[in-house]
Amino acid sequence: MSCRFANTLLLLAAGLLLTTGAYATEAEHIRASQAWLRVLPGDLPAGAYVTLENTGDQPASLRSARSTTYASVMLHKSSDEGGVSRMAMVETLVIPAHGKAELAPGGYHLMLTKAASSVKPGDTVKVTLGFGDGSTLETDFVARPANATDAGTGHDH
Amino acid sequence: MSYAEEMTRTDSRMKLRRVRSALVALTLAVCMTLLTACHGGDSTEWRLTNVTDHMPDLDFRLVDDQGKAVTGQNYRGKVVLLYFGYTHCPDVCPLTLAQLHAILQKLGPLADSARILFVSVDPARDTPDVMHAYVNAFDPRAVGLSGPARDIEALSKRYRSAFTREPDKGDGQYEVSHSSAIYVFDRDGKARLLATPANQQDDLVHDLQQLLSQGTGA
Repeated sequence: MSCRFANTLLLLAAGLLLTTGAYATEAEHIRASQAWLRVLPGDLPAGAYVTLENTGDQPASLRSARSTTYASVMLHKSSDEGGVSRMAMVETLVIPAHGKAELAPGGYHLMLTKAASSVKPGDTVKVTLGFGDGSTLETDFVARPANATDAGTGHDH
Repeated sequence: MSYAEEMTRTDSRMKLRRVRSALVALTLAVCMTLLTACHGGDSTEWRLTNVTDHMPDLDFRLVDDQGKAVTGQNYRGKVVLLYFGYTHCPDVCPLTLAQLHAILQKLGPLADSARILFVSVDPARDTPDVMHAYVNAFDPRAVGLSGPARDIEALSKRYRSAFTREPDKGDGQYEVSHSSAIYVFDRDGKARLLATPANQQDDLVHDLQQLLSQGTGA
C-alpha cells in the first residue's frame, strides 16, 4: 500500500518536473548589458560590473559567478557609512520582475581574483552567471583600463 | 525636604540649565560670526567642505613609490589630494583614483602642479613596487605612499581618519576598511578642503580650479 503511494507520488513529482521544465528558466529572462571589468596591474583583484535586466514575470536572483580566466569570482558590495568605505560578501542579488539590478562601481560588483593568464584592456573575459533556479548565463565582459569609470560604450574621453 | 521645596529647587535648577544653554548658544553664535569674519578676506565660494584652520598642515614621514623617503615638505608648492586606500581594493579605491584622474584631465595644464597622494592602509602587501605600477595605471600625477604601519597610523590619526584590517577570509586574502574622504591641501601645505563621495565631480573641478589658480600665501 505505502509502496504504491510512494510510486504515485514519484510519478506526480516527475510530472511536475516536466511541466515546470516547459517554463523558461531565470537565466532565459535575463538580459546582460554594459558588462566590463577593470584591469589592475600585476595580480591584483579586478572589479567587474554589469546591468542585469529581468524580462520575466518572476523575480530572479544572481547567486554565483565563475570564469575560466579567474580562479575565484565573488559577489561583493561596497558601502560608505560614516565616511568609512567597506566591502562585504553578498549571497544573493535579486533582479525584480520586469526590473533591473545594476552592478556598478561603488556598489554591487564581482571581485575576480587569481587570473590564470594576464588580462589586458580590450580583452574579452567570459563570466558564467548563476541564478537561483540553477540556470546559467554566459556573459562577455570587456576588459577596460584601470582608470575607466564605465563600460566605455557611451561617450568616452 | 517638602514637596514645595523640592519643586522650587528643581525649578531653579531648570532655570540655571536654561541660562546655561542660552549662554552656549550665544557663545556658538559669536564663534560662528568670528569664523565668518576670519574667512571674510577669502571671497572664494567653496563647494566642498572648507576645513581651513580646522585641520593640521600636511606632515608625514613615508616612502614614495620609487622607494625614496619623503615628508610633507617634499610636496610644498603643489596642490595635494590626499586619499587613503590599498591596492587589493577592487572597487572603491580604483573608482576614486579614476575619478580624480578624470578631474585632473578636465583641469588641463593647470593640474600639472597637482599631486594625488595615495597612502596605503595595507603596508604589508603594498610595497613601493606594487604601489608604483598601481598609481601609474591611473595618473602620472599620482604618488603611492607606503611605509611602516606606525607612520601610516600617525598620518591617518593626524586627519582623524581610521582604517581597520578585516578578518582573513581563510585564503590569506583580507579587506581593509578605510576613510573615504579626500583631503585637499594648498601649495603651502595648509589643509583647505574635504571631499566625500557625496560631492559631485564638478564640485571638485570647481574648487581645485580656484585653489590651483592661487599662488603660495608666503
